[in-house]
Amino acid sequence: MKKLLLVAAAVLSLAVIGCSKGGASSGSELILNNGAEPQSLDPSKIQGVPEDRIYKALFEGLVDYDPKTCHAVPGVAESWERNEDGSVITFHLRKNAKWSDGTPITAQTFVDSWLYYMAPSTAAEYAYMPAGVIKGAADYNAGKADASTVGIKALDDYTFEVTLVGPVPYAVDMMAHYSFSALPLHAINKFGADWTKPEHFVGNGPFVLETWVPQEKITVVPNKTYWNKANVFLSRITFLPIENDTTAYNKYKNGEIDWLTAVPLEMLDEIKLDPNYHAAPFLSSYYYEFNVNDKTLKDVRVRQALALAIDRNELVEKVTKGGQLPTGAYVPEMAGYTPADGFTFDPAQAQKLLAEAGYPNGKGFPKMTVIYNTNEGHKKIAEWVQQQWKKNLNIDIDLQNMEWASFLDKRQANDFQIARAGWVGDYQDPSNFLDLLRKDSGNNDGRYNNPAFDALLDKAAGMPDGADRNQVLHDAETLAIRQDAAFIPFYIYVTQNMIDTNKWEGWYTNTLDLHPYVGLKLKK
Amino acid sequence: MGKFIVKRLLGLIPTMLIIVTLSFFMIRLAPGGPFSSEKKVTPEVQANLEHKYHMDEPLYKQYLRYMSDVLLHADLGPSYKNKDYTVNQLIGNSMPNSLLLGVVALAIACLFGISVGLFSALRQNSFADYAGMSLANIGLAIPLFVVGPVAVLVFAMKLKWLPTSGWITGRAGLKTLIMPAMTLGLPYFSSIARLTRASVVETLRSDYIRTARAKGLKDSTIMLKHVLKGALLPVVSYLGPAFAGIVTGSVVIEQIFLVPGIGNFFVKSALNRDYTLILGTVIVYSLILVLMNLVVDILYGFLDPRISYTSSAD
Repeated sequence: MKKLLLVAAAVLSLAVIGCSKGGASSGSELILNNGAEPQSLDPSKIQGVPEDRIYKALFEGLVDYDPKTCHAVPGVAESWERNEDGSVITFHLRKNAKWSDGTPITAQTFVDSWLYYMAPSTAAEYAYMPAGVIKGAADYNAGKADASTVGIKALDDYTFEVTLVGPVPYAVDMMAHYSFSALPLHAINKFGADWTKPEHFVGNGPFVLETWVPQEKITVVPNKTYWNKANVFLSRITFLPIENDTTAYNKYKNGEIDWLTAVPLEMLDEIKLDPNYHAAPFLSSYYYEFNVNDKTLKDVRVRQALALAIDRNELVEKVTKGGQLPTGAYVPEMAGYTPADGFTFDPAQAQKLLAEAGYPNGKGFPKMTVIYNTNEGHKKIAEWVQQQWKKNLNIDIDLQNMEWASFLDKRQANDFQIARAGWVGDYQDPSNFLDLLRKDSGNNDGRYNNPAFDALLDKAAGMPDGADRNQVLHDAETLAIRQDAAFIPFYIYVTQNMIDTNKWEGWYTNTLDLHPYVGLKLKK
Repeated sequence: MGKFIVKRLLGLIPTMLIIVTLSFFMIRLAPGGPFSSEKKVTPEVQANLEHKYHMDEPLYKQYLRYMSDVLLHADLGPSYKNKDYTVNQLIGNSMPNSLLLGVVALAIACLFGISVGLFSALRQNSFADYAGMSLANIGLAIPLFVVGPVAVLVFAMKLKWLPTSGWITGRAGLKTLIMPAMTLGLPYFSSIARLTRASVVETLRSDYIRTARAKGLKDSTIMLKHVLKGALLPVVSYLGPAFAGIVTGSVVIEQIFLVPGIGNFFVKSALNRDYTLILGTVIVYSLILVLMNLVVDILYGFLDPRISYTSSAD
C-alpha cells in the first residue's frame, strides 16, 4: 500500500518536472480566443461572429474593412465608380488576384459566387444582405426568377458591374461582408463538403488553413498568392474555440492568449483597471420589445410610461458597469446620422401617462411578464427593471428566463408581452436598425405596424446619401421609438477586447468590432 | 459463460432500438429547431434549409431514413450545427480524448481509492483512517466546478507547474492531462475509497479469511489473494456505470480545461437542437453503458466463486 502510494507520487513528480509553462505566442504568432467552434469555414454556410473572424483571415471580397472606420478599402477590386444616379457600380478588379491554388480570380468568379450564394438551394442565412440591395436578387433568392435577371455582370475579365435597387449609399461598405465573398466554386464542386478540410482548402485571403482540430484549435498561415502579402506580418494565427469567458481570461492572464475577444462579467471590476482592456461603442442596441397586440400594451401611453420610468444612467453605472452608453434612442450614432430624441428618465411624466391610461398609481395594472434568455447579465438587468417599475410606477411584473432556442421560438411567434432583445448592425447605416420595424420584416417580433413609418423608410431607400436622407431616417426613428414606443431602448453595447497595444501594432477599436489581420504585427 | 455473453449481447438490440426511437421523437418535441436564429431567415430560405435536411418530409419517413442510415451504413448523419463535419467525424475525433481522460482518471481513482480504502480498513479507527475517509468525503462534497478552478489557480497560475487549460495530443500531452484527470477522478476516488474500506472491513471478518489465517498464510498473501478479491466486488459493480459516466466526460471538466471531448457535445447539441448529434451522443453513451454493465457482470463471475453463469441464465 505504502509502496503503491510512493510509486504514484513518483509518477506525478516526473510529470511535473517534465513540463514547462504554457506556451505564449512566439515570434509573430497571434493567439486569440474565438468564442466558439465555428459552424463552418465555408462562407456560404456561416452566420456568426466567430466564423466571421476566421473568414477575414481566409477569404477576401471586392473590398475589405478599414481597421479604424470600417468603411470599404480596396480588396480584390482596385477601384470602383458609380453612375449618375448611383444605382450602378462598376468595379475594376486587380489583375494579380488568385486563389491559393493558383487559379486566377476574375469578374466571372464574382458573378458565379454571388449567384451560388443567393441560390435557393444554397439556403444561405445571410442571403438577405445581397438580395436586399441587388436588382432582381430577392426574386432569384426566393426561387421566383432565374439567374439571368439578377443585376450582376462581368463586362470583361476584370470589370464587374452591379446594378442596385436604388442609390443605396452604403452598398460598397456592405460588400466587405462574407455574404458578398468570392467562393472557390472549383474546389467546392470537386471536393463537396470536405473542401474546407486543410488538405483540400482553397481561399483567397491573407492566410490559408493549416490545421483544424475540432473543439481544440484552428491555425492559419500566410497565403503565398495573396496580392497584399507584403503587409502580412503574422507568421501564424491560432483560433481557440473557448466558450467559457473565465477560462479564456485565465489563459490570457497566464500569457497563453494574446487577444481576448470577450471578458467575464464577474471580473469586470478588475478588468476595467487593466490598460489593455479596450472598450469602444459597438454598433448595436440593447432593448426590450413590446408586443403591441397585447391588450394592455396596445395603449401607447402605457408603453411610453414604461419607457420613461427607468433611469438608464443608473443602469450602466450600477448594474452593467462595462462602460455601456445609456440611450433613450434605438439607432446608435453614426457618421452623419443623429439619433432621435429618445426617452429620458421622467417618472412624473410616466406616472401621469399611466394614470391617463386608466391605472392611477399602478392600481389595476395587470401583472406583465418580461421574458429573457438565460444569462447572468440579462437577469441582473431584468431584476433592476422590475425594481424600477415598482419604485416609479408602483406596478409588479414577473420575470421569466428561458433557454435560448425556446426563447427565440416564443419571441418570434409573438407569444410574449415584453421580451428582451438586442440587435447588432451588419453595416453602418440606420436602415439596418430601422428595417426591423417594418410591417413585413421577419424580425418584427413585436408586430409593430405603422404605414407612415414604412413609407418614410421607402422614401429614404430611394434617396442618395446626404443630410436629407438622414433627416428622413431620423424622423422615422422618432416616430417608431419616441412616439409609438415600439421598444424600450436601454444602452449601446461596448466591444470588450483585451490586447496589449504596446506590443501589437495595427489593432484598433472600431464600431463594428471587426479587426483585419493585414497590417497587424508585433512592435519591435 | 459463452452462451450467457451471447444472450446479453442479443438483448442489447431491442434496448438500443427503444432508446434511439424514443430519443428521435422526444428531441423533436422541444420548441425551436436547428435553424432558430435571432436574425430570422426569410421564409424561402427556411424552406430551402428544411428541404436540404429532409425536414419537410413526414416524421415517420425521416425516422425510417435515419434508422436505415444508422443500421445499414453506420452513418449517423451530418451535424446540423457543425456543417463541415458529419456526426461520425465529430464523435470519432472527440471519443479518443474522452476515453483517454476517462481511463486515466478512473485508473488514478482506482489506484488511490483502493489504496486509501485498504489502508484505512487495516488501520481502522486510527488517525490514518479518519484522515483518509475525511479526504474521501471532501472529494465527494465539493463540486467539480469548485475543485477545477481552484486547481487551475494553484497549479497553473500561482505555481506555474502546468498550463491553465488546453489539450495536446500525443506524448507532450501529459501536462494537459494531469489536472483534468485528477479533478475528474476525485469524486470517483472518494466513492471507491469508501466502498473499499467498508468492503474490506466486512471481508476481514468472514469465515474464509479466518480459515486462511488459521492455515498460517502470510498476511500479504491473505491481503492480496483473498481479501482484495472478495472485497472488490462492490467496487467492480460500481465501476461499470462509473466508467460510462466518466468516459462520456464531465461537461464541467471539459469546459474548464478545454478538453475536446464528447461531453461538450451532450449539452451543446441539445441547446443547438442539433438532432443528429444529440442522437449520436445518446447512442454512444447507451452502448457504453450497456456494454460496461455486461463487462462488470462477467468480471463478477471471475471474482466471486459463488456466482456461476453456466446454469441459471439471466
